[in-house]
Amino acid sequence: MAAKNIFISGVGGQGTILAGKVITTVLVNLGYDVKMSEVHEMAQRGGSVITQIRYGDKVYSPLIEKGKADVLLAFEKLEAVRYVEYLAPKGILIVNDLEMSPASVLIGKEEYPADIVERLKEKIENTIVVDAVGIAKECGEIRSQNMVLVGVLAKVMGWPKDALISVIRDVVPEKYVDVNIMAFERGWDMGVI
Amino acid sequence: MKKAFLTGNEAIARGAYEFGVSFASAYPGTPSTEILENIAKYPEIYAEWAPNEKVALEAAAGASMAGARAIVSMKHVGLNVAADPLFTLAYTGVNGGLIIVTADDPGMHSSQNEQDNRNFAPFAKIPMLEPSDSQESKDLIGEALKISEMFDTPVLFRTTTRVSHSRSVVLLGERSSFGMKPYFKNPGKFAMIPGFARKRRINLKERLKALEDFSEQFPYNKVEWGKNSEIGIITSGISYQYVKEVFGDEVSVLKLTMTFPLPKKLIAAFAEKVKELYVVEELDPYLENQIRAMGFKVRGKELIPEIGELTPEILREKLKGEKQNNNFGLFAQLPSRPPVLCPGCPHRGVFYVLKKMKAVVTSDIGCYSLGVLPPLESIDSILCMGASISMGHGFKKAFEVNGEDVTVITVIGDSTFLHSGITSLMDAVYNRSNTINIIVDNSITAMTGHQHHPGTGYNAKGEPAPAVSLEAICRAIGVEKVVVVDSYDLKAVEDAVKEAMKYRNGPSVIIARRACALLKGKGPKGIYAVNKEKCRKCKICLRLGCPAIQVKGDGLFISPLSCVGCAVCAQVCPFGAIEKAGDD
Repeated sequence: MAAKNIFISGVGGQGTILAGKVITTVLVNLGYDVKMSEVHEMAQRGGSVITQIRYGDKVYSPLIEKGKADVLLAFEKLEAVRYVEYLAPKGILIVNDLEMSPASVLIGKEEYPADIVERLKEKIENTIVVDAVGIAKECGEIRSQNMVLVGVLAKVMGWPKDALISVIRDVVPEKYVDVNIMAFERGWDMGVI
Repeated sequence: MKKAFLTGNEAIARGAYEFGVSFASAYPGTPSTEILENIAKYPEIYAEWAPNEKVALEAAAGASMAGARAIVSMKHVGLNVAADPLFTLAYTGVNGGLIIVTADDPGMHSSQNEQDNRNFAPFAKIPMLEPSDSQESKDLIGEALKISEMFDTPVLFRTTTRVSHSRSVVLLGERSSFGMKPYFKNPGKFAMIPGFARKRRINLKERLKALEDFSEQFPYNKVEWGKNSEIGIITSGISYQYVKEVFGDEVSVLKLTMTFPLPKKLIAAFAEKVKELYVVEELDPYLENQIRAMGFKVRGKELIPEIGELTPEILREKLKGEKQNNNFGLFAQLPSRPPVLCPGCPHRGVFYVLKKMKAVVTSDIGCYSLGVLPPLESIDSILCMGASISMGHGFKKAFEVNGEDVTVITVIGDSTFLHSGITSLMDAVYNRSNTINIIVDNSITAMTGHQHHPGTGYNAKGEPAPAVSLEAICRAIGVEKVVVVDSYDLKAVEDAVKEAMKYRNGPSVIIARRACALLKGKGPKGIYAVNKEKCRKCKICLRLGCPAIQVKGDGLFISPLSCVGCAVCAQVCPFGAIEKAGDD
């Protein structure tokens, strides 16, 4: 199988790292060659964060090339646009319908671009918009937004549901397991193009 | 065999465990930090944070001389600090195997420069290995220890951000116990006075010749013939992965893993069999220059940039002429999202006060480097670890010589002060410098992810340890004026600075102390909110650059999700419009 590429973007503190851990653990368990690249530390201080995941029979580069991501999973709208050039022409965009203003916008020096979602939908045929925060709140824990998005991704990629649920059980602290599985299932149901 | 999905750094730590390392030392620095953090989890290995990289290497050198297998890890600029022992260790050689890991940061994700530390190997005359993924990172630790002991030399182990911080599948083995080698007193080898060093210098030359022969036979230096033997690419480290990604087996590849000394015969044989020879490497033309010096026509940096991180799409564009340009015609310009000081960061208020002072502010390496960015913009210069205090001293003296009375303030973190600020402060005392030196003490090495240091009271394994006192150090080296203030108390900080400005009897020290707001259980408590009736929308609070304070509609708003209750904004509001709104 030729390598598949999943590009995750978000804002430091949104739980992209745990999402990456769940996804890659599943892929390694399924027997794929897997590589993942993250940039740490200084970038985490509220900055833009990305995780790149590649899997297949044999994977060389840990980095995804521009225009080659099968899926761009954006935890925040602005971070969807920022990395959209990584998406393949027929790639799938999963975007969290969440606006997190960077410092320059918070202090009124720059403007958060209007109607991002509409414009993304217009340009990118396969776009799934998810209110992951709203769903996570309904599940009882706002921080489970990452598992909602992992659920959407897993369904879109056709990964076995049981494999994901069992990994979530392993990596999430025990008292949050049920909430996270519920969030994952809600996402799974939305993974339809 | 058990599989694990490890970063390069975790794999290096695993290698240290499996191949019998029993001593490890390091100073934190991106992208190297997790090596020691992971080694510290193995009870079989003694692991420590050293105050700086020079001390770490010297301690590891001692452990190696005693007969233990030892490893020391640091970021690229850390090796500059450790360069002094490094160059002479090449002369003494080792007893137990000794590995020096340098993790370079091409593209400067979290560094002040992007020096290519491969250049250290020929400069210091020690062999070098470069892994290209996590499996190699683990396996090559074993090879490096063998080479170290076989040839009586320290070994440089060079990774980059994308090796250290990328994950790939690793097959795990068991720990082999190599035991300690016996120690015999041997000053002719280990005590480098000129008479002994001259002899070791000759030994070093012979050793390098033997290592050159070894490099020819080293199985990790290998040719992968492709469908096309007309085009040959020589590469190493992460660049190898990019070459394979872009070309697969279309071209022939010479993958070099031991990149000092180079296997010249192997390179020559490869170069003679191909029609066009390329070198693909990140940063400097390190391989290219040596191959060119061997007399081969080779193309490298004329195509591949020497600045910044290499990526597979750069290779595709420069070597294949394929360019991907697809932003879907969306927004041309986006607001950037740079790193910011966290809500509740104790550094924020200090820089807010400093911005009001008419002073030159020299600063240092840490989270507080962000004080250079808007809206705080309080910093004039940042150079390297520990430089704030010494640079400030130089500023002050130069102004004085010219008859100018300029206030010079230096800002340094607690971990950085212990790393290399103490000698700078001693210089300021000894040479009577009237600088104001602020130690922003958040009681942890924060930027690299909360590592302990000699002042925190805990060691690398999380066990209680003696804590050195910053104020006692300052007083002991002769600073007469040392005051401690709470970083959250803006008036206290400002008063301390103003009083220090009047003091003209040598350097003064202000320790602005507050634990990092992200430290569990040590952050402040409570939530603050804007009282809309009192707020006059002057936006002075925005000058703090706190991510919790936002413009909303025509008013100001403090996000209860972000606010941690440090109350610094409440102190800057001239109308008392920011009030406590909750206790947690």
